Amino acid sequence: MSIIVDKDTKLVVSGLTGREGSFHGLRNQAYGTDLVAGVTPGKGGQDVEGVPIFDSIKESVEQAGANTSMIFVPARFAAPAIDEAIESGVQTVIAITEGIPVLDMLKTYWKAKEAGVRLIGPNCPGVLSPGKANVGIIPAQFFDPGKIGVVSKSGTLTYQIGNELKQAGEGNSSIVGIGGDPIIGSDFIDILTLYEADPETDLIVMVGEIGGDAEERAAEFIAAEISKPVVAYIAGFTAPPGKQMGHAGAIISGSSGTAQAKKDALEAKGVRVGESPTETAKIAVEVLRSL
Amino acid sequence: MDLLEYQGKQLFAKHGVAVPSGEVAATVDDAVAAAERIGCPCAIKAQVLIGGRGKAGGIKIAKDAEEARAYADAILGMDIIGPHGEGPFRVDQVWIEGGSDIASEYYASVILDRGEKKLLAMVSAKGGMDIEAVAAEDPDALVKRHIDPTKPFDAAAAKSIIDAAGLDEDVRDQAAEVLVKLAEVASAEDANLIEVNPLIVTNDREVVALDAKVTIDGNALFRHQDLAEIADTAEDPQEAMAKEKGLTYVKLDGNVGILANGAGLCMSTLDVVAQAGGAPANFLDAGGGSKAEAIVDALTVITSDEKVTAILFNIFGGITRCDEIAKGIVTASQQLDLKLPLVVRLDGTNSEEGLKILAEADLPNLNQETTMIDAAKRVVELAGASG
Repeated sequence: MSIIVDKDTKLVVSGLTGREGSFHGLRNQAYGTDLVAGVTPGKGGQDVEGVPIFDSIKESVEQAGANTSMIFVPARFAAPAIDEAIESGVQTVIAITEGIPVLDMLKTYWKAKEAGVRLIGPNCPGVLSPGKANVGIIPAQFFDPGKIGVVSKSGTLTYQIGNELKQAGEGNSSIVGIGGDPIIGSDFIDILTLYEADPETDLIVMVGEIGGDAEERAAEFIAAEISKPVVAYIAGFTAPPGKQMGHAGAIISGSSGTAQAKKDALEAKGVRVGESPTETAKIAVEVLRSL
Repeated sequence: MDLLEYQGKQLFAKHGVAVPSGEVAATVDDAVAAAERIGCPCAIKAQVLIGGRGKAGGIKIAKDAEEARAYADAILGMDIIGPHGEGPFRVDQVWIEGGSDIASEYYASVILDRGEKKLLAMVSAKGGMDIEAVAAEDPDALVKRHIDPTKPFDAAAAKSIIDAAGLDEDVRDQAAEVLVKLAEVASAEDANLIEVNPLIVTNDREVVALDAKVTIDGNALFRHQDLAEIADTAEDPQEAMAKEKGLTYVKLDGNVGILANGAGLCMSTLDVVAQAGGAPANFLDAGGGSKAEAIVDALTVITSDEKVTAILFNIFGGITRCDEIAKGIVTASQQLDLKLPLVVRLDGTNSEEGLKILAEADLPNLNQETTMIDAAKRVVELAGASG
């Protein structure tokens, strides 16, 4: 097993006729992902390298059996595209697009929730299950199949850690980029839950960064619900504090959202936190081999 | 994007929230002229993006034109340090507004709660002071209620929050109306944070927003032309240059120039440099799929900061190809006649080709390292002490 994407994934790409969409969609196909359709309104009936294009995601579900949608459309049109995917009948929507207005995502988040559709992203690199399927822009060559599940807010940082795991001889069940936007479809807790239930995952690496309180919430959740070992890394200890305005954010979360606060919250619940990506990978390998 | 107080108040006024009328001024003479038009007593308020302006001496009440001149002269050009040591923030503009007589001071805000994925309304009868302290010392005094995203936020919904906060009974309907309008500002203007402290009741029992803290979602500026114009004028010149070139750049105080790809890796690079005892000069995310040209642009931006004494490239190529980065480094070194020590760590897609390009160029100031940590240590050594 693995989580979210695998051999049963039947992928439809919104924006497959665009430059980025076709580049990454076809790369995903070359990796072995079952790319069944593309969607561009008004271009139904055409094809991209033999992959049929439909006018709507719904048609691709009905006619090509798509069950997973990837969104690669420009930011200002992306929220309606995600909404369309949510209503089309696919089970999973993976939104790569960055720069979507947050209040658009707020509405879209609740639509996905109500429809029972799993939404990953936006502003994320997607999901890779090594040896099975890749949906998104994660460079698969840096990851081998294995027992470590990775969940991360950041793209390149994940590649860095994944590559260090690979060099140490370990691999991954899945790598999930959840995105760093204020409103994302699935957060750490959602993905930790999936890894906990996945028999092929023995250890979880969680990569967070400053802002919000998702890491602090995850720390509580790990202590209560996760039996598998979790190793974490947090980026942004020296990040600029920004031009602070008001302290309302701190009031809600009860946390300042700094890297130190997140590290402290995780360590208080027994989660080991690496000082650097390298140390994080080292701890993960050490813990995995001691199981 | 954070708005200055007066810009926030203009947004409030646009949506029907009562604010004191006023004028913005950038010179002492303009400030005095404004004070004369508005009439004294009037408030002279420093326009900077930081709290604690009053304590720092950035807000004064002038009882006549002569005082208005003295205060405007003192405040314009002043450097304000935030309550947690932020800044300094130089005061380029003052806002002059009519003096308000204050019967009560409340607190009201509407902000995005990332965790709950809802807007959150907060109201307190204890306004005019540090709301964090109120929340800590007397949590019941701050009423927090999420706004149901599936229903319109109407006067009745707002009223229940106002009632719970225990505001004076005669102004509750007015205050509820203000809260509805603040929520309307949030959705209509793509604001992620709206904070009014204090929201006052005047002696005439009118509810007025005496301050405004507003944060607009930068991703939504494409549908707010007026706000996009503010964003363009508010930027630091180096940050503006970077943005024009499609790079994300944030200037910091140190002397180690940083270039990485991806925001997460870039933040992590800053951390590792700091752990090695160095002081980063900037955050620069060259983005995914950077081409050689982008590297030239990035180096132009980094080296325009005179404090920089050495530069670290930390690249893990995913979509970004290391050979493109290497070409960019070589081209930029020649074009910009770079003499500063460079430390380069290239890994990932096409790293071998990239390393070959660097080896062939044989740049005298270039140092290669294979790991992120060694690269950080090296650049800190080469940069020397900051300052």
